[in-house]
Formats: sequence, structure tokens, C-alpha cells
Amino acid sequence: MEYTLLILLLPFLSFLFLGICGKWLSHKTAGTVGTCVLAVVAVLSYVTAYEYFTAPRLADGTFATLMPINFTWLPFFNGSLHFDLGIMLDPISVMMLIVISTVSLMVHIYSFGYMHGERGFQRYYAFLSLFTMSMLGLVVATNIFQMYMFWELVGVSSYLLIGFYYTTPAAIAASKKAFIVTRFADMFFLIGILIYGYFAGTFNFGHIEGGSLVAVGDFSTVLGIDAEAAKYIPVALGLMFIGGAGKSAMFPLHIWLPDAMEGPTPVSALIHAATMVVAGVFLIARMMPLLIGFGAIGGLDVLSIVVWVGVFTAFYAAAVACAQSDIKRVLAFSTISQIAFMMVALGVCTELTTGHHNPGSLGYMASMFHLFTHAMFKALLFLGAGCIIHAVHSNEMSAMGGLRKYMPITHVTFLIACLAIAGIPPFSGFFSKDEILTACFAYSPFVGWFMTAIAAMTAFYMFRLYYGIFWGTENKKLHAEHTPHEAPLPMTLPLIFLAVVTCVAGFIPFGHFVSADGQAYDIHLDWNVAGTSIVIAVSAILLATYIYIGERQPVADAIQEKFKSLHRWAFKRFYMDEVYQFVTHRIIFAYISRPIAWFDRHVVDGFFDFLAWGTNALGFRIRGLQSGSVQKYGYVFFIGILILLGILCLAVF
Amino acid sequence: MIQIEYILIISAVMMFAGIFGFLTRRSTLAILLSIELMLNSADLNFAVFNRMLYPNGHEGYFFAIFAIAIAAAESAIAIAIMINIYRKIKGISVDKLEKMKW
Repeated sequence: MEYTLLILLLPFLSFLFLGICGKWLSHKTAGTVGTCVLAVVAVLSYVTAYEYFTAPRLADGTFATLMPINFTWLPFFNGSLHFDLGIMLDPISVMMLIVISTVSLMVHIYSFGYMHGERGFQRYYAFLSLFTMSMLGLVVATNIFQMYMFWELVGVSSYLLIGFYYTTPAAIAASKKAFIVTRFADMFFLIGILIYGYFAGTFNFGHIEGGSLVAVGDFSTVLGIDAEAAKYIPVALGLMFIGGAGKSAMFPLHIWLPDAMEGPTPVSALIHAATMVVAGVFLIARMMPLLIGFGAIGGLDVLSIVVWVGVFTAFYAAAVACAQSDIKRVLAFSTISQIAFMMVALGVCTELTTGHHNPGSLGYMASMFHLFTHAMFKALLFLGAGCIIHAVHSNEMSAMGGLRKYMPITHVTFLIACLAIAGIPPFSGFFSKDEILTACFAYSPFVGWFMTAIAAMTAFYMFRLYYGIFWGTENKKLHAEHTPHEAPLPMTLPLIFLAVVTCVAGFIPFGHFVSADGQAYDIHLDWNVAGTSIVIAVSAILLATYIYIGERQPVADAIQEKFKSLHRWAFKRFYMDEVYQFVTHRIIFAYISRPIAWFDRHVVDGFFDFLAWGTNALGFRIRGLQSGSVQKYGYVFFIGILILLGILCLAVF
Repeated sequence: MIQIEYILIISAVMMFAGIFGFLTRRSTLAILLSIELMLNSADLNFAVFNRMLYPNGHEGYFFAIFAIAIAAAESAIAIAIMINIYRKIKGISVDKLEKMKW
């Protein structure tokens, strides 16, 4: 399957081509080139997936882990440790290939309509290609170091795309914030990688073969690590989780994601909903065998940290999402909440076995399943939001309301996505969320009930958003001035495609492809959990309907009036940005950075300035010696000769 | 026959007159004359040593003639430079020649 290299190479070439020659291309040509390349990549991904999943399983019932390409890129001096580059195909990376190439293709097509006539259209497509290349490289990485390289590339292309409207100060600030926050987390990731490489003696991932922990390639060395070195593996894994938490916007490193909505909406759909932000989840899933095998040595249980960070983030983001008025912000916080669901699902996966008889292993499959379905319906929601913003030229819900009359296709597809995220059968979100809740209940009833409650909040705020956009109070004045219209075909086509995927994706026998130990098993709905979650989701939707459907919303106003301070806190995102502002500006900048800057400017710079000044002053003093008058030189020369002659005479006689 | 010491004394006087003139005169023309004086004293030495010490050889004469030719060419260049200096600073005194200082 050497052709998988093309999946990475084609977007990269398209990036180079559009980036270098874009200036001389028309918008239409540039967009067509980008989209065609992505279409080829998508087809190649599907072919890869088809070949991979139809190939016969190994004797132990798992899919083989293939490495079509793998070469040593940078060997270390001692030779046992080396950086490799290559392509690794296993069930989750193949699944990610499908997710990324599909969403990216949809976004490419959609951008034709959304970015129509924008300045820098070619640059936009070049950056999209770069992002797609980096993300695909990240998921097929053969080792953690290659993953880190593409991880950073993803961060850079995200930075470029958030700051696409580089003349807007808000976009520049948002892109810097996103880059700095994720980069800060990546520092821990890098330290984790280095600790892992040092103590494990390899940068490769671990995986399961024949029921025992082995690593891809030369992992036999890991099995041989002594108990002393094994103590450091959980530390490394914990640091890696911080990196993953930064990319996946887990509390308290989530602050960049809502601001990242300053970028163009299709970019939000691709990067900040479907692909990049799940990189952290993917990382944890990749390290899963190690987390289970080594995660709890030395009094540090990384998996339970993952669970509690995830639970808190899911709750926090859902609470904030209930009070936001900017539709993209609502979607951003719902993304954070949903990613936290995936994190929790991974955290509650405590054993690598198969099937509903062993609920401890359910989380892995549930998380990957939710990643898959969420990518589709969240991309759909964002693209739908893009159509709405395109129609009313505002992100605020106050400019919307009653749009169902004007935009029927957007309305229906948006409703489908809302139902999916709320967890209503038969839409895809129901199945994946149900698996997560089952896994949570198996872990602990508290986590199970808590996550169910958050699922209810999800349903509530999504339908608050839905009613706020398509029903509710219509901004008649604005709509009379500028009648909203349905988006053009390139924009509605991806909506329809993704809506169809959202309707059918739940029926994919996902357990046959991805499971904790690679064995095939049938997803089995636990009707206790499923029934509860359906009842709760439906009642949350009904509550949202009761409050928000009408032209006038007395209940909503009354609640807002009654819990005024709570509403303000939630609207201000519980002042997390202000806390960061305070900590960075008032404490770190004022008490650490400023004194260091003063020291640098006055002591270090001062010393070198003094040296330069001294040399200069000395030169000024003695420049009179170099008079330029040949006669003076001759005079000195003559005296010198006389002195030498004198010495010579003294020496001779 | 004139003794070699007399000629060498004349040569030494010429040399030191040249050095004195070179160091003390302010006019570039006078400096050039002083340089010529030094050169001529050296030429005189060449000639007299050849004549008195190696009567059969001719190298000293040749060298003296060669030096005279070089000195003539050099004077031509020096006077050309002086004319240019005169055009720039309306004078040929080295005191005023500060264009290329520092």
C-alpha cells in the first residue's frame, strides 16, 4: 500500500503550488486545484480504508498494523534510539484518514461559496492544503516524534488560518492566543516525549498483540525496562496528556478555542470542530495500551486524571454554552464539551478486552466512535452556521430568528445535526453517546449520571441555539432591509452530504473496525442507559422548546432576570479569560518578566554598551597620532632610525 | 686624485640637507626638491663606490642612471598631483591638506 504516501504528498504539493504560484492564478483555478487534489486524497483514503478493512484478519482476530513506509531519519550516536519517519496504518489511523479527508473535502467545496470573492482566496486554499497534509501526517505517524512534528505543523497552519483576516485586530489576537496556549501545552508534550524516549529506549507506540503489550517495531526493549525506569513512564504519559489537553481544549487550556472562531467559518468547521481539536483524543487513544500498562505505576494514575479533567471540562463548557449569544461561540463550547466526552470515554477505559461483557474496555471504541460521528455532525453544524452568517452578516443571535422561512435546506440539515448531538435516535450521535454513557456507568455511577446530565444540557443549549436561529424573535427590521436567502449550491451540497452521513453513520458496525483489543464485536445497546438518555434528551428539548420557541420569551427573560449574576458569569465564561489575564499580566509579567527584562536591558546590555563606549572613547583620544601628515611620520621614522643606530653602536663598541 | 672621503662627505651633507628639508618645509614643491636631493646623494654614492672600489665593473653607474630616470618620472607624477592639489585647495602647503584626515 505504498500509494498511501500520495495521501500526504498531494496536499503538500498543492500547498506549494498554490502558495508560490497563487498570485498568478484566478480564484476559480486556485479553488479547483485545491478541491481536486483533496478529492483525489479522499478517494485514496477510501481505497486505503477499503483495502485495509477487507484484508483478512490475523490469526488472533485483529487487523494487522501495516507500515508501508518507515525509514530511520535521524539516528542517535548510540544507535538504539532513532527518529523514524513513515506511514503506519492501523484501525484508528485509517478511520481518521476517512474523517479528515471527508470533512476537508466538504470544507474545500463549501469554501468555494463561502469565500467567494474574498481577498487572498488562493492563500486560503494553500493554507487549507497545508493543514490537511499536517493532520493526515499526524494520524499516520509511526512514532511519537513524527506525531509531534506534524502536531506542531497543525498548530502553525491553525495559526495561519485563524489569522486569515489579518487586517482585523481581533483575528490577530485570536491567532496569537491559540498559538501561544497550544504551544505552551506542547512544551510539556515535548518534555514527555523526551522522558519517554530516554526511559523506554524508543519513540514507538505500544500496541496489543496476542493479549500482551508489545510495541511496533523494536518495542521488545520496552518490555525489558527495569522497575526504576518504568516509574518515569507515567510522568511522561501525564506530560503528554497536558499536550493533548492543550490541543483538545481541555480545561484550563480551553481558552483559545472560543477565540479561534475569529477565523473563517469553514476553517472553524475543519480545524476547530472536526479534526485538529480531536488530535489530543487521538493521542490518548494512541497511547492507550501504555496508559493501561504503565499509567498507574508510582502513585500517579494518568487515566483517572483524564477522566476528571474531562468531566469538569464537559460540565464547564456546557454551562457556558447555555448563555452565549454568538452562534459560533455556542458551537465552540459545545465542541469543547463533546471532546471532553471523548476524553472521559478514554479515561474510563481500564482494560484492553472486548465486548459488552467487559464494559471496562468499552470506552476506547466509544470514544473513537463519538470522534467519528461528532466530526461529521459538528462540521455540519459549523457549515450550517456559516450559511446563516453568510445570509445575515452577523454572528449574533439577535440578528437572526425566524430564518426557517428563508433557508429551508440549512434549516433541515441544522435540525438533523442538532438532533444528532442531542442524542436522539436514529441519528449518529445517539449511538456513540450511548456507548460513552454505558462505559461511564460501568466506571462509576456518579460519572455516569453526571455525564447523562451534561448530555441533557447539550440537548438544551443546542435547541436553544436552534430556536434562536430558526424560530423565536425575528429581527424583522434587519430582515426587511436585507432579506436572508438560501446559500448557493456549493455551500448546500456539503450540508446535504454531511446530513446524510449523520443519518446513517450510527448504523455502521463500528465495533467491527475499532475496538480496544482489535477483536470484532457487535455494538450492543444497553437499553437502561439508552432509555434514560433518550428520556432526558427529549425532556431537555421540550424544555428548550417551551422556553425559546415563541415570538416573545417571557420564561427565558424571567429566568435570566432571576439568576442575573449566574447568567452574567456564564456569559463571561466564568471569567476564565480574566483569570488568565490577571495571572499572566499582573503576576507573571509584573513579578517575573519585568525584572528579568530590566536586568537584561540594564545589566547585560549595559555591560556590552560600556565595552563599545570604552573602545570608542579610547579611539577618539588617540586619533591625533594618525595625523595624515607624511612629514610627521617621516620625523618619527627618522628618530626611530637614530635610536636604532645608537643601540647598534652601543652593541658594537 | 680626489680622496673618497671628500666625496662621501659631500654626499652625506646632501643627504642630511634633504632629510632636514623633507621634515621641515611646508611647501610640497620644496619637499619634492628635498627628496631629489636625497636621491642624488644616493646616486653619487653609487658612482663613487663603483669608481673607487670596483673600477672594472659598471653596475653602480647603471644603477645611478636608472635611479635618475625613475626620479624624473616620479617628479612628473608628483608635480601632476601638486597641480591637482592646487586646484582643490588654492595652494600647495601641506598644512592646509586635511581632506583625507581621520
